Parts: sequence; structure tokens; C-alpha cells
Amino acid sequence: MAKSRVAVIGVGETEFKANIPDKTYVELAQDAAKGALDDAGLGPDDIDAVVFSMAPTQFMGVNDADKWAVDSIWAAGKPFMRVHTGGATGGSALHAGYVHVASGMYRTVLVVGADRVAETPDAQHVLNLIWDLFYEHDFALNTVTMTALSTQRYMHKYGTTEEQYARVVVRSRRNALNNPYAHLKGKLTIDDVMNSPRISWPYKLFDICPRSSGAAAVILANDDITNRYSSRPAFINGIGGLTSTVFMGDRVGPYADVELSDEAEFVRAGKEAYAQAGITDPVKQIQVVELYDPFSSTQFPQLESLGFCERGQAQKLSDEGAFDMGALLSVNPSGGTLCSNPIGVTGLVRVADAALQVMGKAGAAQVAGVRNALATAIGGSVQFANCTILGADYV
Amino acid sequence: MTRQESNANENVIHGEWHIRYKYSIGKVAGKFFDGLKQKKIFATHCAKCDLSYLPPRAYCERSFEPCDGWIEAGDEGVIEAATIVTAEFENLPKPPYAIAYVRLDGVSTAMINFVRELDLSNVKSAAERLKPGARVRVKFVDKPQGRITDFHYVLLPAQPRGG
Repeated sequence: MAKSRVAVIGVGETEFKANIPDKTYVELAQDAAKGALDDAGLGPDDIDAVVFSMAPTQFMGVNDADKWAVDSIWAAGKPFMRVHTGGATGGSALHAGYVHVASGMYRTVLVVGADRVAETPDAQHVLNLIWDLFYEHDFALNTVTMTALSTQRYMHKYGTTEEQYARVVVRSRRNALNNPYAHLKGKLTIDDVMNSPRISWPYKLFDICPRSSGAAAVILANDDITNRYSSRPAFINGIGGLTSTVFMGDRVGPYADVELSDEAEFVRAGKEAYAQAGITDPVKQIQVVELYDPFSSTQFPQLESLGFCERGQAQKLSDEGAFDMGALLSVNPSGGTLCSNPIGVTGLVRVADAALQVMGKAGAAQVAGVRNALATAIGGSVQFANCTILGADYV
Repeated sequence: MTRQESNANENVIHGEWHIRYKYSIGKVAGKFFDGLKQKKIFATHCAKCDLSYLPPRAYCERSFEPCDGWIEAGDEGVIEAATIVTAEFENLPKPPYAIAYVRLDGVSTAMINFVRELDLSNVKSAAERLKPGARVRVKFVDKPQGRITDFHYVLLPAQPRGG
């Protein structure tokens, strides 16, 4: 059990877009760190330890650039660690920071990172290199094709149509209009999505997230600091995470212990987090989710695994508008990962945007009456899954 | 790393990485790749769980016991997931191509490879033929080199309903 309760008391994000030519990588991270410190009303000397959120460094092209960032984020002279679980990195870094504070070891932790995915034109080549050269690398696996495979399987199981995924894109881009930091935003139609170029069945171009640059940071604090500095914190009431085998082929068929297309890791990760946070009826108790959804097909299996509806029902609820802003469940008021994907911090952005909703600071994207918000992240070969429950009240 | 001259107007510095590796194969993969040279696909087997693995594993990841046997996989199997790639990705094959996770007969897990000899000109109808449950067979190249690319999958004719 936690020795101290833990709250998010400050959030910093930069704008997300393809290129940010007037800043270096470390200057971006610094902007987010400064933003979070200002938001919390703290200075660099008030931070006890720093967790750096950083996925593959080949995108931005300086090997292990966490060491380069140390000075820029005022980590020199403090305990410092980098966390890396691929796309799930931001969520994992947050969990590491949470444990630092919950253990009673540190009063305050800065969790911060940046990414520049568009710094190289070879991003999907980099992502292909995460597969071993013995058995899988030769078959054109990357983040697009690996999730296209699981999506084709999901569609076959539940009869999902391409149009139902297109509707998710339309909703996400529309929500992103309310987020000043979002990379892609605008009014699209289902036909716009359906008519975008085919990439990897069933994906069209608009089913796929952009390659974003940008940075994010949150300040985590113990009871004492929270009481002194924050009148409306977002308490971290539950965390859950699960890792699967790297082999996606182990997660299909009658002998699988988790089902790839259902993102079934979230069943267990969610149960853990819900038990800690006192969530017994997610639909009634959670008002906002910030899901890690780099593809239009990523929301449905997560919503089902996390208990918001039965298997195969998310597509119908989506069609009915249940996941629109202020409806049954507001799914990704920020526009989500479909609209901005700075990979190494995307999971942290999900937590930051969920925290802003609980703190009442989400601006035009604010949903009324948010008591609990859920953030997720996924990484590796759809292999690392984690979720975080943020609440207006401490549980 | 090489660094090219920066163009002052572009306000960037260009860079590239060139890094070479030699990956040790080990005993388990070594036996698998030797099998491919004989046009055979060998999977490891755990007697305790009665599970067989492709790609082969030294340890059963369910029982945490060493895999204690080898079985020869069937030369046919079933598609578990598939996609057809129609866009070009950097350093990846020229599109279009189809890839699928296939569970070969007698094996508990699925292994990815290309599905060839399939007309991909109409993506939607080709995708229909690659649905989970479709049967494929393994086809080896004439002169296998002991690499995973020594074979691929081809679709078997669809079985008549109720047949």
C-alpha cells in the first residue's frame, strides 16, 4: 500500500506538430518542464527527483538523448532515471514517478520527456527494427502493419466496418479543434476518411496518427506539498500495467492466454487500477477517458477490455454517439493519439490531458463534472499496456 | 555517423547512422534454420503444457520449463490475422504485398510470413480471401538458404460450405 497519497499538481505541454524548427530536442523538453513547474507554482529546486520519458532515440537521432536533456530539465544533482516501454513509455514513466512519491522516498517528482518523430524520414524503418532479424523482421512489420493485422482479426470477430472506424476519426479530429496543442484537427466526413489513400488493409491514411514533435511534463507531489500548492489536484488513485510476450502469434488462436485483437492485457491492468481506485462501475464512475489510440481501431478493444461495454459493442455505441463529448463517456476530448503522436511522451500526454480534465483546466475541451478520468498507453508489439486512474477525490 | 554540409538556408544539419552487426543464432534457432535447408519447419514442444512453439523457444513461456522436444510442423495451416500493404514504407518491400500470421497444423502458435500468388489488384476482395480461418500451405523456395525467407504461404482453394 502507498505510504503517501500522490497527486498531479502541475501539467506542461508544448504544441504538437510535424516539425518545430526553432527549438532543439532538449529545449522542447525544457519548455514542458517549465510549463509544469509554473502550473504547480514550484521552482526547479523544489523537485526531489526526475523521471525521463523517452522511447527509441533513433527518431530524433542522438543516441540515449536523456543524458543530453539532464541540464535542460534541471535534473543535475538529483536522482534521475529514463523509462522506456516503446509507445507505453509515458504511462510507464508516470508509474515510476508515482511509485517514487507513494513510497515516501521523494516529496516531488518531475516526469518529463520530448520526441521529434518527424526528424527522420525513416520512422517506420526504425520501428521495423524493433523486430528480431531471425523470425519476424523480414515481413514488413511496423506499427502500422502490426495493428492492421490485429484490426483485421477484430473486424472478423465482431463484424466491424471500415465506416465505423472512420466515425472514430471524425470524432477525434472534431474534438481536437478544442485542443490548442493538437497536431491534426478539423471537420472531416466519413467519406473523407474512406476516400483517403489505402495504406494497409483496413487502414486508410486518415485512420493513422501523424508523426509529431513536442514535449510534455507533469509534477507529482505528496500530501504535504499538494496541500500547500494545489487547491484542485488530480489524485492518482489507481495504476495498472501488464506486459505480454513479444510474439503476436502467441496471442491468437485457441491456445492464446491473451487475445491480441481484444487488447486483453487491459482486462487485468484495468482490474488492478479499478480495485485501487474504488471503481466498481466504470460507466457510472468515470466521465473521461484519454485512450492511447494511434489508429482508428485502437479505441474499441480498449473500451471493451476496460469494462465500459461488452465485447463487440463499442462500435455500436460509437455509432450512436455515446463516446462524443459530454455523452455516456467522453472519449479523448483532446483528440487523442490519432491527432498527435510524439511517441516517447504520448502516454504522458494522455495522463496530462486526463489530469487537466480532473483539475478543471482543460479549457475548451473541458467536460463538465469530471470526478474520475482514465488514461492508457500501449507499446512494443502491442505488448506493454498500462492505465492510470485520476480522481478529484483521494481514494 | 557521417555529417554532410549544412545548407545555411535550410537551418538543419544532416546526419546518417551506419552500424553493422553480427547476430549470434544459438542452438535453438540453429536447428530451426538447419531444418529450413531441408524444407522442414521444426517447432519446439513442452511436454508439461503440451504446447508447441513457432518461432521455436528454448523455454516454454507458460511452464517456465525447458522445451524438451521438437516436432515437425504440418505443411498447411490456418490464417489467424492478415493484412495487405498498399503503401510504400522506407526500407520495406515494394507494395503491394500480403502478410499473415498462420498457425501451422500441429503447432500452438502462429508465425508471420508473406502470402504470395494472390491477386492483390482489388484489395477489398483479396482481403476477403485472407480472413481468419482461411487455409494456406507452405511453399519453399527451390534452394533454401537457412533463412526465414526460405518459405512463404499460399492460399488453398476455399472448401465448399459444409464440406
